[in-house]
Amino acid sequence: MTKAITVSGLHKSFGRTHALDGLDLSVESGEVHGFLGPNGSGKSTTIRVLLGLLRADSGAAQVLGRDPWTDAVEIHRRVAYVPGDVTLWRNLSGGEVIDLYGRLRGGLDTARRAELIERFELDPTKKGRTYSKGNRQKVALVAAFASDVDLLILDEPTSGLDPLMEEVFQRCVAEERERGRTVLLSSHILSEVEELCDRVSIIRRGRTVESGSLADLRHLTRTSVTAELAGPPDGLAGLPGVHDLDVRGHRVRLQVDTDRLDGVLRALSETGVRSLTSTPPTLEELFLRHYQDDRHDTGGVPDTAADAEVTVR
Amino acid sequence: MSAAAFSVRPPSSRRLAGTGTLVRFALRRDRLMIPVWVGVNALMVLSMPNTLKGLYGTPAERADLVGRMATNPSLRAMVGPVFGDSLGALTTWRAGVYAGALAAVVSLLVVVRHTRDEEESGRQELVASGMVGRRAPLTAALLAAAVANGVLALVVAAGLAGHGAGGAVAFGLGLAGVGMLFATTAAIVAQLTESARLARGLTAAVLGAAFVLRAAGDSATDDGSSPLTWASPLGWLENLRPFAGERWWVLGLFAGAALLQGAVAYALAGRRDLGMSFLPSRPGPAAGRLGGAAALAWRLQRGGVLGWSTGFLLAGLVYGGMADGAAELVGDNEGAREIFQRMGGQTGLTDAFLAAMAGMLGLVAALFVVASVLRLHGEETSGRAEPVLAGAVGRLRWAAGHLAVAFGGSALLMLLAGAGLALGHGERTGALLGACLVQLPAVWVVGGVTVLLHGLVPRAAPAAWGVAGAVLLIGWVGPALDVPQAVLDLSPFGHLPKLPGGEMAWPPVLFLTALAAALVAAGLAGLRRRDLTT
Repeated sequence: MTKAITVSGLHKSFGRTHALDGLDLSVESGEVHGFLGPNGSGKSTTIRVLLGLLRADSGAAQVLGRDPWTDAVEIHRRVAYVPGDVTLWRNLSGGEVIDLYGRLRGGLDTARRAELIERFELDPTKKGRTYSKGNRQKVALVAAFASDVDLLILDEPTSGLDPLMEEVFQRCVAEERERGRTVLLSSHILSEVEELCDRVSIIRRGRTVESGSLADLRHLTRTSVTAELAGPPDGLAGLPGVHDLDVRGHRVRLQVDTDRLDGVLRALSETGVRSLTSTPPTLEELFLRHYQDDRHDTGGVPDTAADAEVTVR
Repeated sequence: MSAAAFSVRPPSSRRLAGTGTLVRFALRRDRLMIPVWVGVNALMVLSMPNTLKGLYGTPAERADLVGRMATNPSLRAMVGPVFGDSLGALTTWRAGVYAGALAAVVSLLVVVRHTRDEEESGRQELVASGMVGRRAPLTAALLAAAVANGVLALVVAAGLAGHGAGGAVAFGLGLAGVGMLFATTAAIVAQLTESARLARGLTAAVLGAAFVLRAAGDSATDDGSSPLTWASPLGWLENLRPFAGERWWVLGLFAGAALLQGAVAYALAGRRDLGMSFLPSRPGPAAGRLGGAAALAWRLQRGGVLGWSTGFLLAGLVYGGMADGAAELVGDNEGAREIFQRMGGQTGLTDAFLAAMAGMLGLVAALFVVASVLRLHGEETSGRAEPVLAGAVGRLRWAAGHLAVAFGGSALLMLLAGAGLALGHGERTGALLGACLVQLPAVWVVGGVTVLLHGLVPRAAPAAWGVAGAVLLIGWVGPALDVPQAVLDLSPFGHLPKLPGGEMAWPPVLFLTALAAALVAAGLAGLRRRDLTT
């Protein structure tokens, strides 16, 4: 079994809102997979379908080789889940909840639990109602990382964590990967995704729009180039893949499709290059491009149909 | 800048800043709840004169009823003594205790909802960050309750004015007085606990104690003069004697007590931090022993089960102890001796009383079973069920834990009620345990309806409270009013054999048990198939 999660053509509607509209997702065993998309694009709905909490209207989904709706309990023995907004029982202590979640999964590594409580600086004796948002999140994270499972499904798990704890979280995810566990990480913190993820899927309005390794995706996007030339540039505008060309005297700024970079460099060196900076596209640019496409599609108005899905949570 | 520029005690207008906005906001949030509850209450009261007229049309019939009440302590325990034979007096006698209790319940719900509930959920924090005085939320909650009770008083007074303006006004104000008394009780309790659920439970326990005290006092005397009756606000309501020579000064008791309690609540509210309470929580264990979904369900519900159990045991003890005294008191009376002979000796009257009490406790147990089953709904909508169900826990295992508490817990309650009755009565343990346990099939049918609603139409699950309320209304008010049999038959409790004293009938008991099982099975089948509502 090399695929931890396979999803194809998933559809799910809530009344007249189409939360998922033919979504595809494929997560290899042992990888950290980033799951990105604007608010209301269907990330949490997908995760709830993968957990068997919602039943898909149509399409196929497999988690750890089983059907998430019919074999939910068997799958959950090997899965740890962290929601983006953790609600705790007001009269149970954090430690009790961690142990409960552990027992509801495949079991808990007590040494790891103690170590994680230490690293996340969590006081496990406090009652649920007295935790701050970040601390509630830590309770769920400690329970997930200390559980003896094969797959972690993390839905915006670091909301409310301070930067130090964010770093602890990233180290924990890296350790999980070293242990050979699979992680599906839904996140808006792009530096986190860039740092941790082997591959990412970007979804928009219930559909997958990009999927692949970060290198693959970068390949599809533009590199920005700034150059100081020996003389006035020549013929750049005619080259394929060049955008936003801005020439001021001997100074050139342009964007180029990454797979056309070669041609641009050749043209520049013909004129003679004094200095050159080239910036690879960041995930942020990649993401913003899809996000803005979303805006353009709907004439600059936020997609209300997709936004409505957020409240359905 | 000098230190004097800062006022240590802000002027009282500052402490109440924003009250007007908050009151409008509270009434807007309660725009359905308050009118419905007030409407139901007013309807119950205002339909009474017509019903009574149909039953006891002539003055002779009414005088006979009043005479019979004087010799029937068990019925007095249920509804209180009669002070006059006019239709108005009979209406306040028949509806008074229950309308007062209902006004108290609505008031306590409104007050807790706008005070401790808001703080516990964290919503208060954002509201309090605005131009809102420290005492404004409590004031707004009490004013919202005052609006609800004021409207009730107006509607009742206007509706009964035809029977005598003085009595109508007195009764309306009396009901509002009971409501505001419990509104201020809830206001104090909401300062003491961190949990809205606990605040509601404790205030309801005070109301229950008030009912039991009044019942005990009224069974001992036929004119409401017992100190036990005077210890209960519900007893004040009957001692106001609307339509029977109103004692207006009793209204002063309500006003004084409500003002006193309100002052205590204000003093407490001004001295504590937002979200904190005077009964702070202690730290819990660093490691847990909860082994699974069932253990979690028990852990979440054990406090409630303990509270209900205590209440049922105590109620059983009190009513069991009253049964004999009731019979003795009647024994001295010439007219009552005739009733004895007709009913078949002392055992007959005592049995009728004990059977009525067992039935009443069964109806209250139906409220427990609804509250307990609806924990499933609460866990689901709060998002706490999601991570549990994301563990290796099937839907049925998750539900089974809570249902075991609900259905097993109701059996425990009735067992304790039976034990209490037997201990208080001092004999016939087996018969009294049986009388209480025979209520269970009907309790479970109400629980089954709740499971069905939660499984098939989760959004409508709270409608189970409506079902329980209807059953309660039919069971409490129905028999005394000679409601058509078809309506009485709607309640599962109407089909149960009347024990002790009556014949045990197995067919309805078995049928209701099977019906409850079928309802639970259908509800669980629905739960397995549907999406989780989050």
